[in-house]
This record gives sequence, C-alpha cells and structure tokens, in this order.
Amino acid sequence: MMLLTCPWCGPRDETEYHYGGQAHVAYPENPSDLSDEEWAEYLFFRDNPKGPFAERWSHSAGCRRWFNVVRDTATYEVLEVYTNADPRPVVGSPAGGSR
Amino acid sequence: MAKLLPEHPAWLWRDPDPKSSYDAVVVGGGGHGLATAYYLAKNHGMTNIAVLEKGWLAGGNMARNTTIIRSNYLWDESAAIYEFSLKQWEQLPAELDYDFLFSQRGVLNLAHTLQDVREATRRINANRLNRVDAEWLEPDEVAKVCPIVNVSQDVRYPVLGATFQPRAGIAKHDHVAWAFARACDAMGVDIIQNCEVTGFIKDGDRVVGVETSRGRINAGTVGLVAAGHSTVLAEKAGFRLPVQSHPLQALVSELYEPVHPTVVMSNHVHVYVSQAHKGELVMGAGVDAYNGYGQRGSFHVIEHQMAAALELFPIFGRARLLRTWGGIVDVSPDASPVIGPTPLENLYINCGWGTGGFKATPGAGWAMAHTMATGEPHDLNRAFGLERFVSGALIDEHGAAAVAH
Repeated sequence: MMLLTCPWCGPRDETEYHYGGQAHVAYPENPSDLSDEEWAEYLFFRDNPKGPFAERWSHSAGCRRWFNVVRDTATYEVLEVYTNADPRPVVGSPAGGSR
Repeated sequence: MAKLLPEHPAWLWRDPDPKSSYDAVVVGGGGHGLATAYYLAKNHGMTNIAVLEKGWLAGGNMARNTTIIRSNYLWDESAAIYEFSLKQWEQLPAELDYDFLFSQRGVLNLAHTLQDVREATRRINANRLNRVDAEWLEPDEVAKVCPIVNVSQDVRYPVLGATFQPRAGIAKHDHVAWAFARACDAMGVDIIQNCEVTGFIKDGDRVVGVETSRGRINAGTVGLVAAGHSTVLAEKAGFRLPVQSHPLQALVSELYEPVHPTVVMSNHVHVYVSQAHKGELVMGAGVDAYNGYGQRGSFHVIEHQMAAALELFPIFGRARLLRTWGGIVDVSPDASPVIGPTPLENLYINCGWGTGGFKATPGAGWAMAHTMATGEPHDLNRAFGLERFVSGALIDEHGAAAVAH
C-alpha cells in the first residue's frame, strides 16, 4: 500500500487517489499538422521505464486536484511530489511519501 | 479433479553454455518463448535456436498466472488466435507426450447488470459466428454448473446470468512449460537460463545479435518474448512500444476437497476463481492502476477481490489465504497483443498480452515462430502488428479480456 502526499491535503492512503499515467505529455500545439504517426505517438505511446517515472495522480477522494509524482516503478519509492505549475524536478532524495 | 499429479522425470532439458551464434534467438524463457522455439523447430525445421532467460525457466508470468484457458473473445481476429490456441491445447498433451492436466471444465463469465447481459449475449453470438462454443445460462442454470455460486437475487450485484464456454478450462502451468522445454531440448534447442539480454548488436537498422550477461551471441533472427519487460528491451534496441507495465496479483487458499467444478469469472464485481488440481482455490482480480515492475501489488486490490469472492461464494467465508504473488503484465491500449515485426530488421516482438497471455501460449508461439522464420506475419497475427496504432485498426477487447486494465 502506498502513502502519497497530496501537495494540498498531506499524506493519504493510495486508495484516495486516481492514477493518470505519464506526466508532462503536452497536447499537440498544431493538431491539424500532425501525421498519422505523430497522432499514434501522442495517443498510444507512453514512457514505461523501470525506475524513476514522472506521473500524474489526482486526489479524487479529497481535494480532487491533480499533481505530479516522480516514483520509482521498480521499488515504488516516491522520490518527488510537485504541482502542475512546477517543472519536473531533478530526482533527488526520497520525499513526499513511501511505500 | 483430485487426480494425482504426474511424476515428472528428473531430467527434462540440458543446461548448455551459450554458443557464439544461432539461427534464431528467442529472448524470454516463459511459456510464449518456449512455444515460439518449439514451433520454430517443429514447423520451420530450424534447430540452431537459443531461448535466453534472464532468470529461471518459466519463472516470470508463466509461474504467476491463474492458468485459465478459454477462447470466448469478441472480435474475429481474437477469436481466431484464441480458438486456434484452444485447439492446440486439446491435442498438445499427446503431441508433447506430457500430461499437463488440461482440464476442460468450462468457464462461466457472470453478468450482474443489464449492460453485462447485453454485452454477454452479443459476445455469445459473435463466438458462435466464429464457431467458438458459447451458451447463455440463466441463474438457475449457472447454479447447476457451479452449485456453490450464490445466485440469490437479494445481493448487491445479483447474478443475472452467465456466458458458458464448456471447452474452456485450466492446465497445470509449470508442467506446460516443462513439456515445451523438454520437447524443444529434444529437437536441439539450447535453453539458456541466467542469461540476461543487455543490448542489441546492429548493422544499421538490422539486428545481427544480442549482448548478454553471458557474452555476445550472433543471431540470424531475434524474437522478443519478454511480457512485462518488453518495453525495457525495446528501449535497449532503440524503439518504443505502446504498452504499459502493471502489477497483477493472484492468490491461493489452503487445499480443500473438490468444491468448485468449473471456472467462474466476473468482470463486474471483479474476481475470477477456479480450483487447482491439488485443491487450492486460485483467485485473481484486476491490475493495479499504476505502472510498476515490483512483482507485488496493492493490498486494497486483494480486499476488493475477496469481498467479491465472498459475495459470490459464501462458502469461502472461512477459507484461509495461503499465499499471494504478483506478475508484471504489459497492457496495450486496446487490450490486444502485439505480434509482428518491429522498426528494426530481423527483430520481432510478441508482447502486450496484458492479463491473458497464458491461454494463448500455443497460438502465440505458432504465429511468432512463423513471423520470425519467414519475416512475414501469419494469418493468425496479421491484424496484431504495431502498425494498427497508426492505422487506427484497433482490436478493442477490453470487454472480453475480462479483467479491468
């Protein structure tokens, strides 16, 4: 069971959250210019690293706001928690929660 | 049920050191990898083949699944490969001369809502058009097939009926792997354990070999059959896959007398249950929502699955859990597999089976072997290539995949 720290509400059990997959996937700036290959890339292809992964979580049973987490997908250690307004941090020491 | 397990011989396959070169290298020594090597040798006359396994033979998802075999999928492309697989399962014990206890005890897919009923009856019609055996059972008929299912209408999600595929069943998964491994070995295939692929040797866009923890191995053709770790390997080769890795848990109870004569699956309340030959109740649920490679899952998923199991099977109220485990499943956007060429020449992939790869073991091996040997997809996997994510010709099997993912 993971303990994730909502930037607004604090540490809460994983069951309070909804998972949103990879973070920082921007909607295409000029959608009408995209080729089929580029659309496929945008719609269906996501990173799937074994290690630190920047991903989105929503505190769906709490404040219902979205935020970002860098989590190690091999150990499930939460490395960083940050809001959508922040840039992706350089992965440092564990902060914001643990398993 | 309660049939004695067959004794397996002490010696099933050699333990060779890797040679410097093979005509075909299969990366991944699970069920699909072994089946691929088997059909490369049997159907295509190749014998200079290596199966490379980073851990021990069939110790990944092959050792972690709930062993259910069925072919009641919705779309024609899926029905074709799963039904082909089921037909192989029906004659493989004789072909491999190894009794892996394939037991055609049938599968019930329960419907709990009006929408479930509509989806289920649509799937039955689709199955029949594809000559896959399928019946609709009313609740009292469900109780005849599996008397311990609670068909009372006085529960939160009453059983409104079920699809039934009588030819579906279970097999002893370890024995399946050993049967394929022994047959491969007898045809000269080198099964090499503790041999991790760490990189790919390329000549331009052409793969000519693999770097491994046991040295460089040249290869005429390379197949990636690594389930949950497919994207990790693809990244080493330099391309992306449209799959995400998730933990999927299963668990077993202590051993009980035979009480559960079939396989019961429920999408809606989310549990699937069968009773192993030895007597354990084997149960699974959905995947954890988040990406993970940890081979363990979240406790709340087990909690949810146990609640569903208890509502459906009140008799399990005092059953005790013996152990839980997790596998890593590679989930594709349309819940269908990817089998076919990659952006690199000579490199082929079989991945994306999500929660349901075990049942497809022979068919996937057959199609992958054909693709690796000829460079072209087989009719069984023509629709399952990577190009479908560009063309948009997806094969949406989220409903028939029967597990939330």
